[in-house]
Amino acid sequence: MAPPTSSATATSSGITLNVNGEKRTLPVDHRTTLLDALRERLDLTGTKKGCDQGQCGACTVLVDGRRTLSCLQLAVAADGREITTIEGVAEGDRLHPVQQAFLDLDGYQCGYCTPGQICSAIAVIEEHAAGWPSAATADVRPEAGPPPLDADEIRERMSGNLCRCGAYVAIVDAVARAADEVRAADGTTEGVAAKEAAA
Amino acid sequence: MTTATGTTRAAGAVGTARSRLEGLAKVTGEARYAGEVPFAELAHGWIVVSTIARGRVRHVDDGPVLKMPGVLAVLHHGNAPRLQEGFVGSFGPDPVAEILQRDRVPHIGWPVALVVAETSEQAREAAEALVVRYDTEPHDVAFSTEHPARYTPEASPLGPAVTEKGDLEAELAASDVVVDERYTTPEQHHNTMEPHAAMARWDNGRLEVVDTSQGTKATATDLAALFQLDPDSVRVRSEHIGGGFGSKALARAHNVLAVMATTVIDRPVRVVLTRRQMFSLIGYRSPTDQRVRLGAGADGRLRAFDHDGVSLTSTLTEFVESTGAFGRSLYDAEAHRTANHVVPLDVPTPTFMRAPGEAPGSFALESAFDELAEKCGLDPIELRARNEPSVGPVTGLPFASNELLTCFREGARRFGWDARDPRPGVRREGRWLLGTGTAAATFPAGAAPSTAAVTAEADGTFTVRVNAADVGTGARTALAQVAADALDVPLERVRIRIGDSDLGQAWLSGGSMGTRSWSWAVMIAVDELRERLALGADIPPEGITVRSDTTEAIGALAQTERHSYGAQFAEAAVDVSTGEVRVRRMLGIFAAGKIINPLTARSQFIGGMTWGLSMALHEEAVRDRTSGALANGDLAGYHFAANADVPVIEADWVDDPDPDDPVGIKGIGEIGIVGAAAAIANAVWHATGVRHRHLPIRPDRVLGAAADGSSRA
Repeated sequence: MAPPTSSATATSSGITLNVNGEKRTLPVDHRTTLLDALRERLDLTGTKKGCDQGQCGACTVLVDGRRTLSCLQLAVAADGREITTIEGVAEGDRLHPVQQAFLDLDGYQCGYCTPGQICSAIAVIEEHAAGWPSAATADVRPEAGPPPLDADEIRERMSGNLCRCGAYVAIVDAVARAADEVRAADGTTEGVAAKEAAA
Repeated sequence: MTTATGTTRAAGAVGTARSRLEGLAKVTGEARYAGEVPFAELAHGWIVVSTIARGRVRHVDDGPVLKMPGVLAVLHHGNAPRLQEGFVGSFGPDPVAEILQRDRVPHIGWPVALVVAETSEQAREAAEALVVRYDTEPHDVAFSTEHPARYTPEASPLGPAVTEKGDLEAELAASDVVVDERYTTPEQHHNTMEPHAAMARWDNGRLEVVDTSQGTKATATDLAALFQLDPDSVRVRSEHIGGGFGSKALARAHNVLAVMATTVIDRPVRVVLTRRQMFSLIGYRSPTDQRVRLGAGADGRLRAFDHDGVSLTSTLTEFVESTGAFGRSLYDAEAHRTANHVVPLDVPTPTFMRAPGEAPGSFALESAFDELAEKCGLDPIELRARNEPSVGPVTGLPFASNELLTCFREGARRFGWDARDPRPGVRREGRWLLGTGTAAATFPAGAAPSTAAVTAEADGTFTVRVNAADVGTGARTALAQVAADALDVPLERVRIRIGDSDLGQAWLSGGSMGTRSWSWAVMIAVDELRERLALGADIPPEGITVRSDTTEAIGALAQTERHSYGAQFAEAAVDVSTGEVRVRRMLGIFAAGKIINPLTARSQFIGGMTWGLSMALHEEAVRDRTSGALANGDLAGYHFAANADVPVIEADWVDDPDPDDPVGIKGIGEIGIVGAAAAIANAVWHATGVRHRHLPIRPDRVLGAAADGSSRA
């Protein structure tokens, strides 16, 4: 963590967040969560506040590449970190495959949980590719290799993101399709997730 | 230039899958919801709610809090702007909206103060520091059918409280087979993902509110009445709404307090409910206790039908969860009785929640029908076929259409129902007992007066203005599809504006009547616009605008029994040694009018069915009798279905256009939940041989049933 900056007072500190590839320096109230810093201070309202107590997943962002509930992290604790929000996952006008799949397959209704779902799904695909098991993984021995990213794996890994409209069925389809596209683009493995999820 | 609508019909948009017009904004985070629109000089309000269940506020100690950093105001009953006493809102007398008007505390979680500060952190800390002293009184939050205060209301949201024909006791006595059981459902909460939020400000003599509203006109009208303002001086906007389910139509703490605060401090003020506050401030579905008595001949034909439901309401006002109304159009009998009763308690006021009345009512009645089928030795679908009414059982009116059996037949074919062994408790797969169940669904198909304006623009495009709300239903896209086809132009040439009370009167997103009501207004305006364009008029720079109002057309509608129908199927796996219930698959086949957009309609049906699963297995708010508060009023304690709870769910439909609607629409927002919980409970019976008449079907209930053979409340 960076040393306290000269702007620090008893109740606020200056911090620098690397948000979506851009350095943003700002003073923050020590009570300010990363979520509120993004929404209220940096006007990045794509990250949603569903419960403000770590129970719904709507505020999911990527911190140093890992999914994080931004409502449970104080902004000062994120000083110097790389933050990726929903506003930063597309490459210019080209949507991330997860975004495109949510759009095409209607993986949402009201859209309020959607940014968190998408950020979570991006991380799920990476976690799975890195061989991380989940509670749905039958064989967790390292030598067993990554489990197939089938529907049960996706459901389990996406269960930290609540959706009250009940869009889970389409969310699973969207994540499966996007996982295939990401893997095909990486040239790592054959695209099989969508097929497995459908089975 | 001269603009004409197409001379040859463009490829139809209605009936084709279209991704949402606002979809890109939603997947990129650009879509701004009510609490996300920036305003200069914005102040933040934080609500303080009562910590007692009944009594009076003796003192609000605002002095110390007013000295805290950034605090701008503390509003409470002693200093808040006065609202209209005896306020009557869009849905009748509504004392719940009369916030900070008196010292009376009617339930725990009732607003007693609003702290306004420069930042939300300051407002929150000050709100938590605010000391409120109370004179407490004994409270009563214990819901029971035997409660001495129980009464029978004059009416319910679904019509009369009681309907009766024939001699019920005589027909029951003469029946070969009788089912007489009690079913209960717990308190359930909407829990929209977007918490209720509103920003209010005065702008050149007008009050502007950015709210999360299912009906901005209703909200604007109600706020104007509450604050005794000229209705035209209030504007409410709701561009994107993070779910509603019935909880976002009224003047409630967030918007009322935002308006109060901006009036007092003369700056824009935003008020956002916390998740915990949502459990006491915006309504919920009452618990229900229902008795169903069915009497039939040996052939399964009903002689006696009695559905008697009890729900609770607050001491502030009456809301009736009309469980007893569900079967009024579905089944006939020689003697037919339905009734609703309520018990007023010291609890928050319940309200409309997705399929009010129908959702819990269908659980009881469709479970009872499964029990009747078992007792008669009949297939549940055959039992329903033998009881299809020819006219409305209560009204005697003809049906506009009744495709219930078509739904069952199509569903049975696709689900593989015909191969089902009716015996319970005989299929085992490892630790799981397996079973399948089915249930009927029905929901009224209505329309309400609305206005619209359609403009032929000089550039060859069209602008549709209709004060619809898109709470995630896909209404914006569906309306554009309807308009494009009516105008006979490609979808891309239609621009659509919704969610703004300045657009005029329109029905709100509720009662499964939104898309139908709004489309009707659009159709009338387009018809007249096309007539005018057919005359070859030049389009002036401001375009040619035609306005419509459907009041007359809807008033002229023939009185019929007009409903959507559905057949719900579920397969459940039950582990009786752990009590775990897993739903393995669900199928819903619906007859719900013309389907405008198959992509978003399927999402809505499946979303409703997911609610049904959640209701069957998970949702239950538990009220503590000692404190009067919920023991589980947050998203960790109140579990609704998460991704891992939900299996493959399929929804599809049969052709069933409404004969009297210009587009053929009936409405699809609510029918997906109706009957779904019963289908799952019936599947659990088929798996285990035990009837679960009390929701949710928790592991402890399954285990208790395994121990003594029956399920307890």
